[in-house]
Amino acid sequence: MIAVIDYGVGNLFSLVSSLRSVGAEATVTSDPAVLRAADKLVLPGVGAFGDAAEKLRRTGLDRLVREEAARGKDLLGICLGMQLLFQTSSEYGLHDGLGLLKGHVVPMAGVIPASLKIPHIGWNALHFVRPCPLLRYVRPNDCVYFVHSYYAADCEDSLVATTEYGAELTAVAARDNVMGCQFHPEKSGRVGLAILRAFCEGAAT
Amino acid sequence: MITKRIIPCLDVKDGRVVKGVNFQGVSDVASPVELAAHYSDSGADELVFYDITASVEGRKLFTDILRQVASQIFIPLTVGGGIHSIEDFDRVLKCGADKVSVNTGAIEDPDLIARAAKRYGDQCVVLSADVKRVDGEFRVFAKGGRVDTGMEAIGWIRRCVGLGAGEVVVNSIDTDGVRGGFDIEMLAAVLDAVNVPVIASGGAGGIGDFIRLFRELPDVDAGLAASIFHFGEVEIPVLKQKMKENHINVRL
Repeated sequence: MIAVIDYGVGNLFSLVSSLRSVGAEATVTSDPAVLRAADKLVLPGVGAFGDAAEKLRRTGLDRLVREEAARGKDLLGICLGMQLLFQTSSEYGLHDGLGLLKGHVVPMAGVIPASLKIPHIGWNALHFVRPCPLLRYVRPNDCVYFVHSYYAADCEDSLVATTEYGAELTAVAARDNVMGCQFHPEKSGRVGLAILRAFCEGAAT
Repeated sequence: MITKRIIPCLDVKDGRVVKGVNFQGVSDVASPVELAAHYSDSGADELVFYDITASVEGRKLFTDILRQVASQIFIPLTVGGGIHSIEDFDRVLKCGADKVSVNTGAIEDPDLIARAAKRYGDQCVVLSADVKRVDGEFRVFAKGGRVDTGMEAIGWIRRCVGLGAGEVVVNSIDTDGVRGGFDIEMLAAVLDAVNVPVIASGGAGGIGDFIRLFRELPDVDAGLAASIFHFGEVEIPVLKQKMKENHINVRL
């Protein structure tokens, strides 16, 4: 069973529907017992990093996610949920993330040309940096759907794929059983579903 | 680099898609779920559902249908029509919409944009503007393009983006239904004024109109159309192939 972590951030209807459509048994929950019993965890998220990190802390789910990840349970962070896997973010002040992956979340403003619009919204191509089972059904340059203004930097340790938007921005990061997608696989059509399928089947390294 | 988006728009009344012809493999073209699946499989980058129902029962049907679409179609969904309050945002977002477009609701209460953006994020709030030339200026129209608000359009759009609209759909009443191409002049004026994604709507008559749109206005983000897709005059895979041949970056 795959548990989508409910900590009061965003709308999880499409995410759960997409997991079910690839054959997974999926549930949305904040119940620690259910989360601990689940085979895999998905950490979703939209909105601001600081708010989301605070909500995770307040509910004690930050500790639970760290413990479960340390036990080797597969964890997939999506969009802001992926950013939360890293050490810090400088979105509206400096905030601590879960620290499960090395790296820091920083604004793309200043890194990409000023002529480009922010947020980076739309379908963009994946460029592979190193092989990863999470992308085993994906071809280089397949497009996925992004909506974000910040991105994970200094994460060479876990960097799996990038996308080009005036600069190469982190799109997929993974190390052992901890994985993250900056884009929304649940909104990325066939390619996104293939990534979710790979996660559900097992994509830890 | 980010790809240019092609967006079919489906008008829904009492739970059924208005207009539309037969497509191969689609048994019921008036079924929003079947038509949405067809477009998604054809390579549509996003879908817009526009609720043109007036009745309360129709509203309920619309959200039921939206939920069905969102449980089967995994591309971004934008919903518009009858959005006048935060409760309306909430109602459609809970059913799987990713973005909500406001038009008359924002004209009646511009602060709705600010409230929605604060609650759901700028990326969730789309301003849809119906614009027509009147007395040598661009004017905003309300109520489905029937009522001249007297407001100058470029200033209005800039104001809405300032309030938090994360994307703008510019529907030119002057070119809508004429099938002579998108309103390049009007779109250029909007692109000059704001730095959020701009979606062109109104006037597409064929593939060439999309090519001209993206070549003449490299900063425009997406092209939206309804009837030419529903009537099968333009097939999305063919359109995207032609765009690619013309060196326009698309998702194939």
